[in-house]
Amino acid sequence: MLQIRCPWCGPREENEFHYGGEAHIAYPGSDADDAAWAKFLFYRNNPVGAFAERWTHVAGCRRWFHVVRDTMTSEIRGSYLTTEKPEDAR
Amino acid sequence: MHPNEHAAHNPDFLWRNPDPKPSYDVIIVGGGLHGLSTAYYLAKNHGITNVAVVERAWLGNGNAVRNTTVVRSNYLRDESAALYEHGLKIWETWGQELDYDLLFDQRGVLNLIHGQSNLHTGQRNTFANRLNGIDAEVLDAQSVKEFCPIVNISPEARYPVIGGTLQRRGGIARHDAVVFALARAANRLGVDLIQNCEVTGFEKDGDRVTGVVTTRGRIGASRIGLVGAGRSPVLAAMAGFDLPIQSSPLQALVSDIVEQVLPCVVMSGAVHVYVSQAHKGELVMGAGRDPYISYAQRGSFHIIEDQMAAALELFPIFSRIHMLRTWAGIVDVAPDASPIVGLTPIRDLFINCGWGTGGFKATPGSGWVFADTIANGTPHPLVVPFSLARFETGDLIDEHGAAAVAH
Repeated sequence: MLQIRCPWCGPREENEFHYGGEAHIAYPGSDADDAAWAKFLFYRNNPVGAFAERWTHVAGCRRWFHVVRDTMTSEIRGSYLTTEKPEDAR
Repeated sequence: MHPNEHAAHNPDFLWRNPDPKPSYDVIIVGGGLHGLSTAYYLAKNHGITNVAVVERAWLGNGNAVRNTTVVRSNYLRDESAALYEHGLKIWETWGQELDYDLLFDQRGVLNLIHGQSNLHTGQRNTFANRLNGIDAEVLDAQSVKEFCPIVNISPEARYPVIGGTLQRRGGIARHDAVVFALARAANRLGVDLIQNCEVTGFEKDGDRVTGVVTTRGRIGASRIGLVGAGRSPVLAAMAGFDLPIQSSPLQALVSDIVEQVLPCVVMSGAVHVYVSQAHKGELVMGAGRDPYISYAQRGSFHIIEDQMAAALELFPIFSRIHMLRTWAGIVDVAPDASPIVGLTPIRDLFINCGWGTGGFKATPGSGWVFADTIANGTPHPLVVPFSLARFETGDLIDEHGAAAVAH
């Protein structure tokens, strides 16, 4: 089981959290065409290595935050607030 | 001295282990079941035998031997029903065709129903299946008990079983045997199966692909098919296009070997587990995938605990059985839980991925339609709806409800 650090509650076990997929997905502009909507709705990065993702602490403070996790080693490199964007959060 | 002199009972190798030639008519990237099946049908159905399958590790290392071996075709949508039923029909005579005992056993796939909304969904699926000519029936609780006597149908259960849906033509097969049979058959038809050969890049000439760069050198090809399952997004990124695929661990486990007690495959979406019993005697169980994306081929243990709790709820007699081992395969899931088969934005490069949590059953059908697509350069009629373009047109094929459990 992953141990995830909630920025407000500290380190907790994975089953207190709910996964939210890739972080930092921008809403398309009003001039977006079908291809841009397809990218927004359906296409996500799926890298081998560092990945910035959203989690919510459903069994705790119920707040959303971001985690950078390595998709090959499962190592969690850190948690941060949704208002931040660290360097390795691609 | 013959190398086998002291091991007289060792069988001959089932396939050669060739070095790559400078170029091929077709290269299949990925030596999993769908890749092997594609190569087999390229040779058998289309006479294209100058084919290489390049595999990062060895044959039978990945999802080919990590799946839970369930075969069925009771999918909801017309497009999926046609595709999976085409595959199931091949399964029914595939062992004879490949001259290998695949232990394909149509013992029935039983989906349990635990409540009214569950019942309505099951009925809807059953009626949709029948309209598509696929065998399906709805059972009441007593009939479930008769078909599978060890299921607990007590009204005292936390989520009482009130019925089930059944596809009698569904069942299980021995996945190792399918690897052996396909590799041997493809090899006999002249296909080069090249192991320990990881693709690290693609060579292109303008908008068309001309070869692969691998850890064993450059190999040219007139056409290339990507059948990388969980690694498909990585391959696509190397080739220069995107796939709407997320790769996650899907865990499974087997018990120690026990007497034959489970006569069919049992699935429950409501309590979240599916179970069958291998011919050798192990109980084979799987459940939902881990939620996060990963390439680690391992998952979190609480998923295993939850699925065993669910299994005990359905089968109290399993309480003294031991878990022997657990593992995970990396499944490639598209947003609509349906596969992506067909053309890519790059000429002469074809894609077959997104089979996600249900690829084993599709092995013969997937290889058949993908070989046809590569040979003719245009999608086989059965996979026209499964194009990459559907994520732009919005013409999705939503099969989230067809999985054994919610993934």
